[in-house]
Amino acid sequence: MAGHATTTSDAHSSHGHGHGEVVENPLYGLMVEFTDPDDLVVAAHKTVAAGYKSFDCYSPFPIHGLDEAMHFEDPRVPWFAFFGGITGAMLGFGLQYFISVVDYPMNVGGKPLNSWPQFIPVTFECTVLCTGLATFISQWALNGLPRLHHPIFNGKNFERASQDRFFLCIESKDHRFDLEKTEAFLSELGGINVSEVERD
Amino acid sequence: MATLNDQRPTDKRTQIRPQNFIEGRHDYESITDIIARFVLNPRPPIWWLVTVGFSLIFVGVMFMAITWLILNGTGIWGNNQPTAWAWDIINFVWWIGIGHAGTLISAILLLMRQSWRNSINRFAEAMTIFAVMCAGLFPLLHTGRPWLDYWLFPYPNILGMWPQTRSPLLWDVFAVSTYFTISILFWFLGLVPDIAALRDRATSSFGKIGYGLACLGWRGSAKHWHRYEQATNILAGISAPLVLSVHTIVSFDFAVGIVPGWHTTIFPPYFVAGAVFAGFAMVLTFGLPLRSYLGVKDFITDKHLDWMAKITLATGLIVFYGYILEMFYAWYSGNVYELGLMYHRLFGPYKWFYYALLFCNGVTPQILWWNKVRVNVKMLWIVSLIVGIGMWLERFVIIPMSLTRDFIPSSWGYYSPTVWDWGLFLGTMGFFTFLLFLFIKFLPLINLFEMRDLLHKNHHTFGHDDKKEAH
Repeated sequence: MAGHATTTSDAHSSHGHGHGEVVENPLYGLMVEFTDPDDLVVAAHKTVAAGYKSFDCYSPFPIHGLDEAMHFEDPRVPWFAFFGGITGAMLGFGLQYFISVVDYPMNVGGKPLNSWPQFIPVTFECTVLCTGLATFISQWALNGLPRLHHPIFNGKNFERASQDRFFLCIESKDHRFDLEKTEAFLSELGGINVSEVERD
Repeated sequence: MATLNDQRPTDKRTQIRPQNFIEGRHDYESITDIIARFVLNPRPPIWWLVTVGFSLIFVGVMFMAITWLILNGTGIWGNNQPTAWAWDIINFVWWIGIGHAGTLISAILLLMRQSWRNSINRFAEAMTIFAVMCAGLFPLLHTGRPWLDYWLFPYPNILGMWPQTRSPLLWDVFAVSTYFTISILFWFLGLVPDIAALRDRATSSFGKIGYGLACLGWRGSAKHWHRYEQATNILAGISAPLVLSVHTIVSFDFAVGIVPGWHTTIFPPYFVAGAVFAGFAMVLTFGLPLRSYLGVKDFITDKHLDWMAKITLATGLIVFYGYILEMFYAWYSGNVYELGLMYHRLFGPYKWFYYALLFCNGVTPQILWWNKVRVNVKMLWIVSLIVGIGMWLERFVIIPMSLTRDFIPSSWGYYSPTVWDWGLFLGTMGFFTFLLFLFIKFLPLINLFEMRDLLHKNHHTFGHDDKKEAH
């Protein structure tokens, strides 16, 4: 459930501006850059051990074991997919039942009106379609995308996060965040440089 | 290395005998460089311009054929009574089968953790989408009044009528439209991180804005990757049965009918195998020249060619088994109509089509048993072309040959295509080539992030070779 806490705070931060009561730190966070994905996994382990909660890693490809290292787990996409599939199956079968039994009954070769084996192909296709749509849409919605800009793009060298560099950023909203101590902590992780990420 | 593997137990499931699917020395940057170079180069090479120009001529032919068809109706085709289904359905089945290799590579091989697919899946998925577009055109035009094609879908209307849900033709509507939708979602999902890489490399403002919008603000966050991988696996998991269902339903269009030569239970597996067979042949037909023109032989290696050829051979054998079983069924059934049809195939007016089919799909693929042929680019390319033709002939043998010889001699007939059948078919080939070449110009042909992932796994399996100090 630790993952849920991270997710919700993550979602709120994107609507943080303009509410008045929160004074925003002009600094989004501190970021360390690595050249090797395995170093990033080790760094994520250490960051969790040091008690930081609001941080994220950035990499040009999915690194297996990184989400476990960050103690991040979000099972919602598969659940959306599952209920999408159930909805699709019911809609698909229901549509055919309504057409063939209720609204437009037609005797075809003496078959019963509810000749359900012949309704299976369309039911299956509708299940797949709705599962796919639910998966696709929920993946983007839960990730908070599409989005035109994000403070992390202000980070030094961050254009290489989609190419060949690996980043870890501790956000300033974390309770333990302290400019000097966090910077010292990040410097010890073995990255090639530590930099500040401005919010604007 | 041992400590790393201890930390990452997920690596254990990869392969029994680890193989390297990237040749030469590469790092994360060189992979991106080589693959993105062609996309980001503002001056396309001459072979690209020539192919696009040539295919555009055929796109013109296609639009001409469609316009003439809409003005005059399906009478301009060679279709007649009893051959109401002819080239339109042949080409529909042929094209949609070609699309199936893409889904097989992207979904089924992903679920089986076949990491060699990483360098061919993007390209094959694009072929799926374009092939389904070409396929869908034929039945939509075959309705005769394509402006009323929305009647195919069930919707409440003032006529108070609904489509017949017990008919495979309606199942086809659902199967093909679902297949097209899911293929696009899957393809786009895979593209987003690569478009983000292009956004960060683009130098022109047009490229920066275009790729920037298309990548939806992807920033490579580990939390995003977590959900992204979940979504990829789910989409792969549903695509695998989907691709089987699509060609099964296409085969039901025939197998549910009682026409001799159609009414057999072998059809669904035989059609699915044929689809994969034709699809891999098409992937090879386009993949072999492109891999050398684009200089990506380090990623699409001889090992890839070898394995794709093996899949072609395996599916080819299943198809050939289907042909043998069809003959067996005809003989074993003792049914005079089935036997008559087999006689018609072997000795009737279209016998040369049937012999050509046996040569293309039965005999030719057998040379893929030889190792040397499987890695010989020229031989493989010729085999893939022959297989493509063979699979088209198969649909010809099934559709007009059965329809021209059904139960009573008074309803026998003869079919031959007109210039408009040819125009539309060759036109869709040009359309397909045109879309494929546009795709390789504007989007990366090989999945960048999966290649980086493969390289990372290679580091774990084989060590960092010259980069030991990185640890």
